[in-house]
Amino acid sequence: MRVSVDLDVCQGHGVCHMSAPDVFELDPDDAHAIVQLDPVPAALEGDARTAVDACPERAITLHP
Amino acid sequence: MRIVVVGASLGGVRTVQGLRRRGSDAEIVLVGDEPGSPDGVAADRPPLSKGFLADPSAAAPPLVTAAELDALGVRLVSARATDLDLGSRRVALHGGEELAFDALVVATGSSPRLLPELESRAGVFSLRTAADAAAVRTAAHEGARVVVVGGGFIGAELAWTLSRLGHPVTVVEPLPTLMVRGLGSRVGEALTRRHTEAGVDLRLGTAVAGVEGADRVEGVRLVDGTLLPADVVVLGVGTVPETGWLADSGLELRDGVVCDEHLAAVGAEGVYAVGDVARWRAPRSGEDVRVEHWTNAVECAGVVAANLTGTPTVHDPVPYVWTDQLGGKLQVFGRVRPQDELRVVHGDLDGSFVAVSGGDGRLQAVIGFAAVKQLLPYRKLLLAGATWDEALAG
Repeated sequence: MRVSVDLDVCQGHGVCHMSAPDVFELDPDDAHAIVQLDPVPAALEGDARTAVDACPERAITLHP
Repeated sequence: MRIVVVGASLGGVRTVQGLRRRGSDAEIVLVGDEPGSPDGVAADRPPLSKGFLADPSAAAPPLVTAAELDALGVRLVSARATDLDLGSRRVALHGGEELAFDALVVATGSSPRLLPELESRAGVFSLRTAADAAAVRTAAHEGARVVVVGGGFIGAELAWTLSRLGHPVTVVEPLPTLMVRGLGSRVGEALTRRHTEAGVDLRLGTAVAGVEGADRVEGVRLVDGTLLPADVVVLGVGTVPETGWLADSGLELRDGVVCDEHLAAVGAEGVYAVGDVARWRAPRSGEDVRVEHWTNAVECAGVVAANLTGTPTVHDPVPYVWTDQLGGKLQVFGRVRPQDELRVVHGDLDGSFVAVSGGDGRLQAVIGFAAVKQLLPYRKLLLAGATWDEALAG
């Protein structure tokens, strides 16, 4: 599973990092999401989906 | 197995999506009656008091389209649920149809609280649906004078959004401080001051007595007799959970549907509640709470989808709420309790800042304004259940 973040849409809520800390780090300057693991390991796909759901801006996409 | 989800706003839509994602092969029926929406499905609400209001060309698409629901194998019923019979396990719909269910998810959300003093009339609005927001946007023509009733997160955000558009904005709030329930008094006072400096006319510690104007609103009368001229009045005085249709069901209702920590309705087999309408025992605090935040509805939906697909899950979130105002993003993680201590750990309350709130030996909440980066370590501490001393040590 591939993962991407639309940085024009991301507002730096940081909720993805709370949901999937191994998949998303946050930019130390503006808290925008930085993908750490792409493709997402199978064991972390659940966390990544939680992050997709929890993003208030719907900025994260998972691709099969 | 048939799962009926009543309510097609965030909590209900995310529940049906979560069920399918978790591999549920149940028959799923989603019942929606969002006012102003052609098929009863709501739009995402956070933009409605932010970008949507400020940009006449902005759209508010439904959270899910009929085609997407079709692809998920979810049947959408655009109707209002009027009754629940737990004995025969049926939901009655306006128009007479009845839906039998094996499992039921109550996702009817909440409706804007109205004030009896503020009689309905042209120019007086609540803000809940996309249609409401569109009506406010249309009414707030250039130069229109706006009175916002209510100084909580929504009221303060509305005041900011509308004043940036050039409207003279007055906020009426019975408490002496804006957003004090969400932020506590010190941060609330600082941001109240900043709203005043930004040109918002604040009438605090007073209340609305009535509306002036025959056909259309011309002004708002305060209890001390002051008349605030107004072309547009917007209410932001909270919401009430939509439980009227459950009144005779036998479900335990107490400002919401009373649930256990799994969001299962107490005393009713296979009935769950999500989002604004759910009151549950939060393990983290041990308190019965009802939370009206966007993030809570999303998290509830995930929990109930898990519980309905064989993965028992407890709902124990760290609450998160955000609002865009005063030129920055205000973020609150956790809950600021009135009795807790507050420390500013970055910046100062007149600029960008991070403040922590603690009590009972623990870090309870973190507040940040225009400081997403500096907020990060404190948010991590909160998630980790840090003590107050650990939080102060950073």
